[in-house]
Amino acid sequence: MIDETTTVASHCEMGAGYRLLVLNAPGMAAETRPGQFVHVKVPTLEASALRRPFSVFDASGQDGTVTVLYKTVGRGTAALNTVKPGDAVQVEGPLGRGFPTECNGTALLVGGGYGVAPLHFLARRLRTKTTLFVGARTASDLLALDRFAALGVETKVATNDGSAGEKGFVTAPLDREIARLRGAGEAFELFTCGPDGLLKAVSERAVSLGVPGWISVDRHMVCGVGACFACIQRTVGGNARCCIDGPVFPAKELIWQ
Amino acid sequence: MAIDTRVNLGGLEMATPLTTASGTFGYGTEYLGAVDYSCLGAATVKGVRMSPWPGNQMPRHVEVPGGLVNAIGLQGPGIDEFLSHYVPLYREKLCGLPMIVNIWGGSIEEYAEVAARLDAAAAAASGAFAVECNVSCPNVKAGGHTFGQDPEVLRCLVGEVRKATRLPLVVKLAPNVPDVRPYVRACEDGGADAISLINTIPAMVIDVEARRPVLANRTGGLSGRAVHPVAVKAVWDAARATSLPILAMGGVYEAKDALEFLLAGATAVAIGTAVFSNPGVVREVHDGIIDYCRRHGFDSVRELKGAMLQ
Repeated sequence: MIDETTTVASHCEMGAGYRLLVLNAPGMAAETRPGQFVHVKVPTLEASALRRPFSVFDASGQDGTVTVLYKTVGRGTAALNTVKPGDAVQVEGPLGRGFPTECNGTALLVGGGYGVAPLHFLARRLRTKTTLFVGARTASDLLALDRFAALGVETKVATNDGSAGEKGFVTAPLDREIARLRGAGEAFELFTCGPDGLLKAVSERAVSLGVPGWISVDRHMVCGVGACFACIQRTVGGNARCCIDGPVFPAKELIWQ
Repeated sequence: MAIDTRVNLGGLEMATPLTTASGTFGYGTEYLGAVDYSCLGAATVKGVRMSPWPGNQMPRHVEVPGGLVNAIGLQGPGIDEFLSHYVPLYREKLCGLPMIVNIWGGSIEEYAEVAARLDAAAAAASGAFAVECNVSCPNVKAGGHTFGQDPEVLRCLVGEVRKATRLPLVVKLAPNVPDVRPYVRACEDGGADAISLINTIPAMVIDVEARRPVLANRTGGLSGRAVHPVAVKAVWDAARATSLPILAMGGVYEAKDALEFLLAGATAVAIGTAVFSNPGVVREVHDGIIDYCRRHGFDSVRELKGAMLQ
C-alpha cells in the first residue's frame, strides 16, 4: 500500500449519475488486484474530510492507470464530480483482500447496480468461462455492459421494473443457471458485489450448495487500512474489518443479521 | 545545526515528540507504506483489556463539519492475542520504536491485571513500552467515565495500576469535566508518570428524516479539527496544575496545532483523526516543528515546553 499523488487521466459521465474516473497511478496500478479498493482524498472537499473508498473497476500495470466507477450518492461523490483531467488526487492503495482469480469451473459473477465495478476487473483477470448476472432498479442503472461484452462475458440482466432484461430479481436467472450447471454436473463458483440483500442471497446459495462464494461487502469506511475498526462485518471469527479482512469474504465466513 | 527532537515522557525516551492517538492507529503497523514512521517518537496502539471485546454495533462513525463522531466501542482481541500476535508483529516491522499500549477494563482489578501482563511481557521483549490508562472513553459503560469522572476513584485506580507495573504510566483524561485540575492531581497522587489529554468529547448526531440517532450506540465521541481549541485549554490548565509531563492530543492537522500544545506546556503530541485523511500529516507536523525551532531560535524541542509568553 502506498499513498500516491495521482493525476486524473479522464473523467467521463456515463449517465444517470454514474461516472468513470481514470487515474494515472503508476505506483499502485501494477500491484492492484480484482476486488481491492482505493481510498481517495477528494481534492474538492475540505482538507480534513475523510477519504472515500472505491472498488477498482480496472487497473493496468502497462498503462499505469487505476479506474473507478462510481455513483453520485452523497457529499463526497458530488464533490468528486468536479475534478478534471490533469488534477492531482491523493490516493491510498491498493487496499484490502480481493477476489481469487483462479476459479474451478464456470465463474458466475453477480452484480447489483454499481456493484458490477469490481466484477469487471475480475472478469478481465479470470481465465475460466465467465457469466455475469446483473440486477438493477431500471435500465439506466445497468453499467458498462459493453465492457463486459468486449471481454467475451455472457450477460444476463434483470431489472426491478422490467425496463431491461427480465422483470424481477437477478437471483431468478442465477438460480436457473445454477440448476442447469448442477444438472450437467459442472463445477462453478460465485462472485458477487452489490447491496447487502443481494450479497446475503448469493452467500446463502453458496453455503447451501457447498460451492465457493466470494462476497464483496460495501461499508462506509474511515481509515481504509484496518486501524480504526469502523467498517465491521459480522463473521464466524467475530467482528471483521471490511477494509483489511475484506472487502471480499468467503461466503461461509459471513454472518447476516 | 540539527534541532534536538528528543523528549522524555515520564521515563519513555522518544526520538521525536510525536506519537499517534489510540484508536486511530490500530496496532501500529497498519499504516506502513503511507506514514513516515521515522518521524514518530512512539506509536500508541488501540485499547486492550483482558478478554476479547466485540465493540459496538454499526454504524460506528459519522463525519460532521470539523470532525468525526465515533462509537467504535473499544473492539479488541484481548491481552493474550495482543501479546502473542500484535506485539511480535510490531517489533518485527517497527523494531525499536517505543510502543505506548492503551489499556482499559471493567474494574480496577482488570486494569491492574492488564498492566501486570504488559509489565511481564515488556521485560521479556525488546524495545521500549509504556502504558496509557484509558479512563475517559465515552463509548463504553465500564472503563469509560466510571473511573475518570471521580477524582477519588481515579486516584485509587492509578494507584493499583502503579503497583502492577514499572513501565512509564500515562493516564488519559477526559475533556468533559468542569475543571481538569483535580483529576490531574489524582493521577499525580496515584503515582502516574504522565498525563494524556484529551479523549473525544461526548457527542450525538440525529438523522432527522429517520428520526433516529445515526450511531448504533446513539452517542459517540467527537474528534478532529473542532476539538483542538478545547484540547489546548485543557492542556494549558493541566500544565499549570502538575509537574508531570503531558501528552497532548486533539485535532492536530498541521505543525501549528502541535506547537500550540507544546507552548501550552505539553512534552509530546499525538496525531489521531488527521491521519485518516492524510497519512502524510506525521511528516508535515514533524518537519514543521523543526522549521519553527529554527525560525524562533530554539535548539531543542524541549525548550518549547511551556514557552508561551504570558
